[in-house]
Amino acid sequence: MSNFDVFDDQPDDDPNAISYKTDKTKGVTFDVSYKVYDPDDIRRQQDEMIDEVNMILAMSKEDAAIILRHFRWNKERLIDGYMDDSPKVLEAAGLGPSVTESPKLESISGFMCDICCEDEDGLLTFAMKCGHRYCVDCYRQYLNQKIREEGEAARIQCPSDGCHRIIDSRSLDLLVTADLRSRYRELLNRTFVEDKDTLKWCPAPDCANAVECGIKKKDLDKVVPTVACNCGYRFCFGCILSDHQPAPCELVKRWLKKCADDSETANWISANTKECPKCNSTIEKNGGCNHMTCRKCKHEFCWMCMGLWSEHGTSWYNCNRFEEKSGTDARDAQAKSRVSLERYLHYYNRYANHEQSARLDKDIYQKTEKKMVQLQTASGMSWIEVQYLNTASQALQTCRQTLKWTYAFAFYLARNNLTEIFEDNQKDLEMAVEALSEMFEKPIAELADAKLKVDIMDKTAYCNKRRVILLDDTADNLATGRWSFNVDLKSAAGRR
Amino acid sequence: MTISLPSEADLSKWDVVLTGPLGTPYAGGVYNITVTLPADYPFKAPQVNFATRIYHPNVTNDSLGNICLGVLKPENWKPASRVRAVLEAVRQLLVEPNPEDPLETRIADEYKNNRPEFDKNVKNYVSRYAKPAGK
Repeated sequence: MSNFDVFDDQPDDDPNAISYKTDKTKGVTFDVSYKVYDPDDIRRQQDEMIDEVNMILAMSKEDAAIILRHFRWNKERLIDGYMDDSPKVLEAAGLGPSVTESPKLESISGFMCDICCEDEDGLLTFAMKCGHRYCVDCYRQYLNQKIREEGEAARIQCPSDGCHRIIDSRSLDLLVTADLRSRYRELLNRTFVEDKDTLKWCPAPDCANAVECGIKKKDLDKVVPTVACNCGYRFCFGCILSDHQPAPCELVKRWLKKCADDSETANWISANTKECPKCNSTIEKNGGCNHMTCRKCKHEFCWMCMGLWSEHGTSWYNCNRFEEKSGTDARDAQAKSRVSLERYLHYYNRYANHEQSARLDKDIYQKTEKKMVQLQTASGMSWIEVQYLNTASQALQTCRQTLKWTYAFAFYLARNNLTEIFEDNQKDLEMAVEALSEMFEKPIAELADAKLKVDIMDKTAYCNKRRVILLDDTADNLATGRWSFNVDLKSAAGRR
Repeated sequence: MTISLPSEADLSKWDVVLTGPLGTPYAGGVYNITVTLPADYPFKAPQVNFATRIYHPNVTNDSLGNICLGVLKPENWKPASRVRAVLEAVRQLLVEPNPEDPLETRIADEYKNNRPEFDKNVKNYVSRYAKPAGK
């Protein structure tokens, strides 16, 4: 069944939800509004909500926290529910009727712990407001087991069989050591982010930030909500995969699945070697750019289409476009399936190529970085003056990421008069990126040339500009529903 | 229901003999059940398995005899829960199987849709695996 339902309780006409739609005054179309929170912000947000509920409903902060968690931090629903039937809400949240006041550690004469049967005089015991009393050692071990072993925090109940009272943070503080307490708080933060539909953890390794974004799941066919965490990682808020603009989440899911299914063919086709079209020497691509020169025969060709490079340099560059066969071929079923495979491989090759090239560009940059020191001495430039290489490298990475997904996007795109513009944009960006990539590969001696520096800076700016133009166009048409796809973005939810 | 320790030195392993409750197709069967108390008991739930093969929606139909029982799940188990209550729940499971939460979906479907066939299979298993020793 559709797993989109969780989001559907929000009203469609929420005025805050449409800020991402075509609103030229607030910057470019493909940008969504979002906020990045560090762990302290996340804690503060919870504290603020707890304080509010504590004031409105006049209950202790610990209880307010428990009841907020029960309502998954939806304050409006909490207050409505509470006003409606407070005993029922309290019981369900794990704040049933109290029999004792302000829990504390105490020893009670004649007490025997129901868990360990210890009954020694002066035994320290504890009970929450539900009155189920156990010795402190058992209570501690129970909490340790729950927090440390089971990773539970928000829903730890009283140790008594059948009692649903939830442990509050004040009771916990009385019982456990500082490191267990900090683990408990960490787990509570985790449930806070996971409970809220508008919050998601940054998926980058070792990043503790969360991102807030108002995009709802049902809008993912209209917008590709890319967010950038303060740690620098760019990811899609809709599906948590790394940035896949301009392709909508559903297309990405299908594309990745298709690539996994067709992996044998794709592996075969994307094998790292190709033969020189002139002398048939086996060639492995070891640089980021598509301009290949055969070592043996000096033949210059394009790695993508294997055509003559000289044809690319001038006005004729049709390497990014798959010329669909005319309708006459369609009658032959065999030819049709071959065309469909060829068509897929056409897009897959270009997709995989950009993925690989981005990796190679990065490698080259890492090598260059060391040489940047040499470049400073060779040219007399300062560290800041050689940073243009860093900027260029980042532009290459981002643009290749975008280009990569334009091919997955194009695979599912049905032709209409807008696709031409899209392909032109794609072609422009791709040409600019390959040109930049080629400059970037130059040996260090040439990089010291001041003219090349200016060229690289210009090309970097141009690449970034072309990328914005492409994404702006695709996002605009997506938001207004002007693209048509070979697959249905809506009904796809149930299909795997 | 009788309980014994297979080894006097090890209190963490119990052998339980359960007789099929009267009025159910399990009546006449004698079931060996093993209860293993983990090192962290009672903070962790005991493990309960059928050593005797049994035809039941909530017990795996293999030599492991794993049981799906609510009280044994980590989120439901409490240190103050009693093994006795667990064994009562196991017996209750024979009186009233829970086909909505099955380990053996085929048997659960049969229980829901073809009770005579289910009863027949249960009795079949009783006579094949669960006859009291010496008879």
